[in-house]
Amino acid sequence: MRNTFADVFYEAGKREKRLAVVVADISPAGSIQKFREDFPERFVNTGVSEQIMIGMCAGMALRGLRPFAYTIATFTLFRPFEFVRDDLCYQNLPVTVVGIGGGVTYSTLGGTHHAMEDVAVAGAIPNLSIIAPCDPAETKAATLWCVDQTRGPVYLRLGKAGEPNLTEQAGPWEFGKLRYLRKGHDVCIFSYGPIMKLALEVASFLEQKGQSVSLISAHTLKPLDREGIAAALTQHQRAVVIEECVPRGGLSGQVKEIASDERIDCRINAFTLKDEFIHCYGSHADLLSAHGLDLQTISSRLKVV
Amino acid sequence: MTSVEKGFDTVTARRRCLQYRRRILEISQQVTALHVAPAFSCLEMVDLIYHGLMRPSPKGLTCGFQDSFLMSKGHGCLSQYVLLEELGILDKKDLQDYCTPVGQLGAHPDFGVPGIEASTGSLGHGMGIATGMAYADRIKKDDRHVFVVLSDGELQEGSTWEAIMMAANLNLHNLVAFVDLNDFGGLARMSEGHPAFYPVLDKIRAFGWEAIEVNGHDAGAMYEGFMGRSRKLPFMIVGKTVKGKGVSFMEHVPIWHYRSPNKEEYAKALMELGEDSL
Repeated sequence: MRNTFADVFYEAGKREKRLAVVVADISPAGSIQKFREDFPERFVNTGVSEQIMIGMCAGMALRGLRPFAYTIATFTLFRPFEFVRDDLCYQNLPVTVVGIGGGVTYSTLGGTHHAMEDVAVAGAIPNLSIIAPCDPAETKAATLWCVDQTRGPVYLRLGKAGEPNLTEQAGPWEFGKLRYLRKGHDVCIFSYGPIMKLALEVASFLEQKGQSVSLISAHTLKPLDREGIAAALTQHQRAVVIEECVPRGGLSGQVKEIASDERIDCRINAFTLKDEFIHCYGSHADLLSAHGLDLQTISSRLKVV
Repeated sequence: MTSVEKGFDTVTARRRCLQYRRRILEISQQVTALHVAPAFSCLEMVDLIYHGLMRPSPKGLTCGFQDSFLMSKGHGCLSQYVLLEELGILDKKDLQDYCTPVGQLGAHPDFGVPGIEASTGSLGHGMGIATGMAYADRIKKDDRHVFVVLSDGELQEGSTWEAIMMAANLNLHNLVAFVDLNDFGGLARMSEGHPAFYPVLDKIRAFGWEAIEVNGHDAGAMYEGFMGRSRKLPFMIVGKTVKGKGVSFMEHVPIWHYRSPNKEEYAKALMELGEDSL
């Protein structure tokens, strides 16, 4: 995802002269380094000064540029939170805040580098859109959308490097719309971000058990496609939400809220990170598993006969 | 003392500032709480910026100015509002409707209001935004200055120093900041509670800025300092000021950070702000 973002950003930077990136002492990966070399004036490194990374982006946007703030998710969103809120969101400026390592992707770096609540925190701020692509292909579409959009601030939540492409067979990516990666009629699974890989495993498991499964990428978490979710809940007897986010403030609660608001009788199972910090290390899958986000735990809790 | 021959008429400026103080007090009678004293301390700075430093725009940028002004110490914005009223950018009615549901002006500047280029009020934000603006102007090759007024309390925000350092790293000589060094936060004297804060000038210079320290109510000195700058570095005027300047019972008294004068106090203040006070 990170490399795809960099490639797309670099190519877009060639045609869109207003595009700029402001980083806070993160080593520019892949094509971001090329962007830096080819467009040195449009690459700014504030050093370990995340508040000013955001503040400068606001000032640059006020002058008509299209800045992207770019560093690890905890440091683009949590550290300069009030700057994101006031400078970008309150003023509704078209700045993209890129969070690398959303969720617990940085699985060996410890809790200080886990963005377990990034979607919940970002989702609470008015005007801030949230996009969480699930694979490099969605990252490409989302990045291009961010480059050209004039809607306002966006939190673009990415994983890191090496994620597989999962959406090549799906229809086109559209901001604010659910995307069906496969379509069935018994169970629908909602997910977003790199944990889609696990959602895919769960889908395959259910299919082996004879269920017809829809797998849905809810890549745009804000504004959420409420109509699309209501339709999916209506068309399936059962819904499963799998997300790499704390239990409150993410997708799960909103899916349940929509079911309640619309009086849709659909059984919903939500699988999220726990409301607890993680103190262990290992692979991304190891950390997810520490909070019950693995095929074995989910499949046993789904109790499919 | 006048700088009229050098481009800024300080006698007229003093007369304007007297009227602004009276106007701010008039507005204060509409609301129970506002920031009179922090507006009074930076009034000469804001007047100088609008009347002496900001260049009229041939392209009609930013309400008729080529340059930008950010009131980073947002709570001092009454000083900006009265200037914008005088310049015709805000209407008299805007100020009459200050802090009411039918108006558009609140106790902190709001982006989108005519003449207001960024929403401030939370301290420590203006300098970063100004740095981004000044940097964008440079890479776009736009000849624009960005002027910022900071409070001294705001220099306690780490983000302000992040921006000061970054502006020097980027060599933004189109960025000009004023510090309203009135020695008071909302609570108490800075020099008593935070003596390590001083000297300010040395710290600014140590962060790579060109800086001078003058009387922040002396528009002539500030103007000459600005005109005499090297134009090679970001430039800061550390202006020593008096919080509540111009009204004896408000000067150096912390409660006037927030309070509106009652009728008697208002009358007394107006007495002090007569023509003979010039």
